[in-house]
Amino acid sequence: MISEIGAFCLMLALAFAGAQVGLSAAGRVRRSTVLAAAGEGAAVASFLGVALAFACLVHAFVTSDFSVANVAANSHTEKPLLYKVAGAWGSHEGSMLLWCLALTGYGAAAATLGRGLPQGLKALMVATQGVLGLVFLAYTVFASNPLVRIPLNAVPVEGRSLNPLLQDPALAIHPPFLYSGYVGMSVVFSLAVAALIEGRVDAAWARWVRPWALAAWSLLTVGIMLGSFWAYYELGWGGWWFWDPVENASFMPWLIATALLHSAIVTEKRGALAGWTLFLALGAFTFSMLGAFLVRSGVLTSVHAFAVDPKRGVLLLLILGFTAGAGFGLFAWRAPRLSKGGVFAPISRESALVLNNILLAAATTAVFLGTLFPLIREAMTGEAISVGPGFFNIAFTPMMAVLAVVLPAGPLLAWKRGDLQGVGQRLMLAAAVAVGAGLLTLALVSPRKALGALGVAVGAWLIAGAVTELAERTRAFRVPAADSLRRLVGLPRGAWGMTLAHLGLGVFVLGACFEIGWRGEAAETLPIGGTLDVAGYHLVLDRVAPVDGPNFDADQAIIKATKDGAPVCTGRPERRVYPAGGQTTSEVAICYRGFSHLYMVLGERRENPAGKAGPPVWLVRAYWNPWATLIFLGPIIMALGGVISLSDRRLRLGVAARSRPATEPEPAKGKKPREQPA
Amino acid sequence: MSWLPKSPKARRRLTLVGAIAPVLALAIGLTLWGLRDSISFFYTPSQAAKANPPPGRTVQLGGLVRMGSVTKHPDGRVEFVVADRTAYDKVTFQGDLPDLFREGQGIVATGAFREDGVFEARQVLAKHDERYMPRELTKALKEQGEWRGDGSTPGYAKAQTP
Repeated sequence: MISEIGAFCLMLALAFAGAQVGLSAAGRVRRSTVLAAAGEGAAVASFLGVALAFACLVHAFVTSDFSVANVAANSHTEKPLLYKVAGAWGSHEGSMLLWCLALTGYGAAAATLGRGLPQGLKALMVATQGVLGLVFLAYTVFASNPLVRIPLNAVPVEGRSLNPLLQDPALAIHPPFLYSGYVGMSVVFSLAVAALIEGRVDAAWARWVRPWALAAWSLLTVGIMLGSFWAYYELGWGGWWFWDPVENASFMPWLIATALLHSAIVTEKRGALAGWTLFLALGAFTFSMLGAFLVRSGVLTSVHAFAVDPKRGVLLLLILGFTAGAGFGLFAWRAPRLSKGGVFAPISRESALVLNNILLAAATTAVFLGTLFPLIREAMTGEAISVGPGFFNIAFTPMMAVLAVVLPAGPLLAWKRGDLQGVGQRLMLAAAVAVGAGLLTLALVSPRKALGALGVAVGAWLIAGAVTELAERTRAFRVPAADSLRRLVGLPRGAWGMTLAHLGLGVFVLGACFEIGWRGEAAETLPIGGTLDVAGYHLVLDRVAPVDGPNFDADQAIIKATKDGAPVCTGRPERRVYPAGGQTTSEVAICYRGFSHLYMVLGERRENPAGKAGPPVWLVRAYWNPWATLIFLGPIIMALGGVISLSDRRLRLGVAARSRPATEPEPAKGKKPREQPA
Repeated sequence: MSWLPKSPKARRRLTLVGAIAPVLALAIGLTLWGLRDSISFFYTPSQAAKANPPPGRTVQLGGLVRMGSVTKHPDGRVEFVVADRTAYDKVTFQGDLPDLFREGQGIVATGAFREDGVFEARQVLAKHDERYMPRELTKALKEQGEWRGDGSTPGYAKAQTP
């Protein structure tokens, strides 16, 4: 019964989305507040409908209602509760419902929170959001409905269980973050479409876009980080990023959103780059949809993809083509009429942000080409090929390196016309810190690696640059300390956000370069009591014992690690067998040594080399991943920066309207408008 | 600098072009250079026999793991036979096989052929999801009539099919 209610609510949500489009569009055409308000009401109703449907699906999973096809295929009575709930978005159908939930949720939020927006723009935004809701809800209802029942005579007694690799806390919360990030770009998309139809893109518009872009970007950052962390400790391959198409699919919208955040600043402060900001606003959601398409259609070979269904792939491609085509078509038609905005000198904050955008866009293009090249090549020559991680290391990394090197200078440059020499002087200390860190790494860390040391120097440069920027804002060491402290406390949150985000990038670069440069790896088949050495650590396989889990049986190894004779830690990696699906997974053990990880995997059991009679041996792999914690800490700091920036008073939606035009200094910060956050 | 155009708009455009051009050149150069070295071709055993890739060149070999062909050596080396309808190749792999590696299942191995015709795999890919098969493999197997069921079929029965 409950799943029928859910299916009904989903239909209702679809109808409301239709009403949302009609009412809001009519509200704009007739300039009627009543109609527009009704459209906003429909947006909220549509969200409530999807929320109820989603609650029904979760209920079906929690109660293990195997008469629902999706539950039977993805759940199991013995599964822990967290994974029963997470199973609701573990499959293609359920994740599409989650997508719709986020989409209508953002629609409802935009309708209720956007009080300060001009009537016409808001009505058009709600209408566009309604079109998106309509398209995706229609797809979910008619092509991938998760609430469909199995015929009564075919209802299984037990479900097939969620893929055991997905039964993991990080992956249970990864999709909600990732999807809220992906779909958050839809509001930005709708705002861009609305602005194009209205024919006005100005500082105020950029200011309305920023909170949505920031929120979506922060969520996406956390989502990607969680996915990477999951791959790191669940796959047991010792790596954290594989340039897999599915990873790239989530990374491309992130890159575009990052570019958008920066170009929106130029549009907000200086009124320039309006067309480009619009283009990125449309592009961010287009790449999100492309990601959804790549993951679900199976056109690319990936280790993470959902089960393949060509029919759905075609439908998703049609949705992508329709939405992006309409958006960019509108852009091509209307954008030339937009006003061009202020001019700026080649050396200025604007130029630095433009350079940031050029590099990010080029990097996105490189990732895009590498991801889709197999498709293009196959369409042209019919040969099946694959593009390895080597391509991305060559094509992507240098551009990011250039970006990292110029980054600290950007926030120190003045708007309109900057003073490169002055900036250079102010960055002297940071440069010294960076060079010092690089030389120190070269001197102290063995084996000696120039490229790794260079990476460490870049990471230190970013961190020191962020700190320098903060010191500049507070005039540290130039005015009395108390004065500096007062300035520090009084800094706008947006400034803190930027500093933290840049700092987080530095932390990430530091961790990533150190891990890639100095990781160690060892693998061997060990009998009980056998030993393995990795990066100065001495591992002893103490014993292997069976362990019972809630829905799996496991072999658990006890591995004792020592360094220079002193005990360090005991790792308990497991090899789990899930009887429900007949699958095996490895559960990694990680010893945390400061920021570094000693990473142990228990592999297959093999027969004794001496003969069948002897005791069995196990394949044991161990990795030394120095400073790996920083890789995951960096993005968290970046996302934190986004959230703090989001809490800035001046970014709240209601306030934005009152402080128009954007160039007008605000009363509280009137004395130093130059020091507004970038 | 008198050669610069006078209008500020034209100057800005010139600056923009000046900034974009090197990045674009860098991006294109890196992309082409990167693609030259890191693309690898996908073959089934019979396609590999026809194309005959030179030993040492990185390629991907896809097919079904022949039943009963898997030999696991105690030193960690694994040998198995990857086959399609008309041809087969011996594969040797040093390391831990993916958790979903099974006889009779489709896999994709990345590596290179040795002089003696044995395929030395650096990486063996089977899927997280037992319902999934790599797309190149699906296509190649379908063309040969070796296809064993649609990827989207719920695998109640499939899980038992050898």
